[in-house]
Amino acid sequence: MEDLRDLYQEVILDHNKNPRNFHKMDRATKVLDSQNPLCGDHYTLFLLLEDDVIKDISFEGSGCAISKASASLMSSILKGKSRKEAEELFQLFHQVVTGEIDPVEHLEELGKLAAFAGVSEFPARVKCAILAWHTMHEALNEETDSFSTE
Amino acid sequence: MEMTARRTEEKFQFNPHQYRGDFPILGEKVHGKQLIYLDNAATTQKPIQVIDAISDYYRHYNANVHRAIHKLGETATEAFENSRKTIARFISAPSEKQVIFTRGTTEAINLVASGWGRKFIGAGDEIILSEMEHHSNLIPWQLLAKEVGAKLKFIPFKEDGTIDFPVYETLLSSHTKLVTITHMSNVFGTINPVIRIVQMAHDRGIPVLFDAAQSVPHLPVNVEHLNCDFFAFSGHKMLGPTGIGILYAKSQILENMNPYQGGGEMISSVWFEEATWNEIPHKFEAGTPNIAGAIGMAKAVEYLENVGMVNLTLYEQELTTHGLEKMAEIPGMKIYGAAPERGGIISFNLGDIHPHDLSHFLDQQGIAVRAGHHCAQPVMRKLNIAATTRVSFYFYNTKEEIDSFVDQLKKAKEFFAY
Repeated sequence: MEDLRDLYQEVILDHNKNPRNFHKMDRATKVLDSQNPLCGDHYTLFLLLEDDVIKDISFEGSGCAISKASASLMSSILKGKSRKEAEELFQLFHQVVTGEIDPVEHLEELGKLAAFAGVSEFPARVKCAILAWHTMHEALNEETDSFSTE
Repeated sequence: MEMTARRTEEKFQFNPHQYRGDFPILGEKVHGKQLIYLDNAATTQKPIQVIDAISDYYRHYNANVHRAIHKLGETATEAFENSRKTIARFISAPSEKQVIFTRGTTEAINLVASGWGRKFIGAGDEIILSEMEHHSNLIPWQLLAKEVGAKLKFIPFKEDGTIDFPVYETLLSSHTKLVTITHMSNVFGTINPVIRIVQMAHDRGIPVLFDAAQSVPHLPVNVEHLNCDFFAFSGHKMLGPTGIGILYAKSQILENMNPYQGGGEMISSVWFEEATWNEIPHKFEAGTPNIAGAIGMAKAVEYLENVGMVNLTLYEQELTTHGLEKMAEIPGMKIYGAAPERGGIISFNLGDIHPHDLSHFLDQQGIAVRAGHHCAQPVMRKLNIAATTRVSFYFYNTKEEIDSFVDQLKKAKEFFAY
């Protein structure tokens, strides 16, 4: 059970039960669909971009605890960040959940995102953790309507 | 059958431990825990007899079939064709010539859509399906309908996971060219009223296909009694290897069908510009077949015959009733489907725990279940859910395994009740 407790840290269970910024946003400048057809996880991501700064960010939809908590934490952390800062966090988060870097050396930049360090032990769950981040990354970089991890 | 009749008069007893020793994988540990395998609707485990039969073929008489004038070739051909006979006997097919080897249920249905559908279904014609079809009995018909301009009509399923039979009756018309429906639902476990479905279609001269992927492994089946026109199932869901399955069809229909794929074996005479077709079933078996797969599947059939399909069905009913009762005791448990006639497949959700989180939790305890849409996305959409968790039993499962699973469900509830 210890392994699973490492994955489902309290901060993850909390963000799953009480997701932050979990609503529609009418004034969003970018609205993207985000889904994993394999498991049916499906979110919509709302971004309000002004002068390369994420002024506001929200999401709605449904999925597993890992994907929902990840979207929720991402929305909390990226609010007010510049496009460049968001992109750097995406790269860092990606490397943490795929086990490419040791999160212990990046605790300061990661903050609460460090809770997802356990995901790297479970390859099947990497997609869940990265789903919303990928959509955000797409939104900032490309003019597409939707993103899927498949 | 006499044996069975006598047995059911006595107190029915079935001992899964008599068979468990034949399945090497059931002794495996997963994450340090004893494996409890409850994902049998996806694929079943293989007894040592099946594993050995495949190994023996490759070790002792591997050769291509139907061609060689050498001893190994003769032995391989005999084993391959005997496998066909064994499987024909198992489903009570009148002749083994009506048993076509395919890669599985999916290919068997695609074969019908291609070889029969393209020839006999045209613009404005209608195909009747149910809303509870696996993608494998939906997409081939979507492709065909698009190609020839036919329409798909769906028999709805009701709250309890059974088909709405009166609606079926209203869908049947002079435009209907085929009824194609699952024998047993891979989501609800519902056993559909196949005899009545066939009768009603045949009254109007309409042929019927059954997707029997979930039924043949778990129920005694007699295709003559069912009187269906097409019948498709897979080896790997009934103790056999993957990559082998069966299409059974009525002789006259097979004779009138176009070939599926072209190549060696399926021909009679070939010229540069044209060719004539081999006799059934070979007309539908282009290329070197899955010889080891056929041999393994036949060995699986022999194993099931030895267990006895009636005994197996009765025991699985006990397991299913036990599972349903124990699961229903957990507060927050939502079980999808409550058909009176059902097999050992239970789809559910527990509170607001996502199926992926739940199946991950169970996996850590060595319990293998399935989470997701079960290749039935339209079913999930109609139920207004993204996914379910599903457990599915086979005769080697025990009530103790189900109890362990239910205990872990309760623990998962505590774990995720943050």
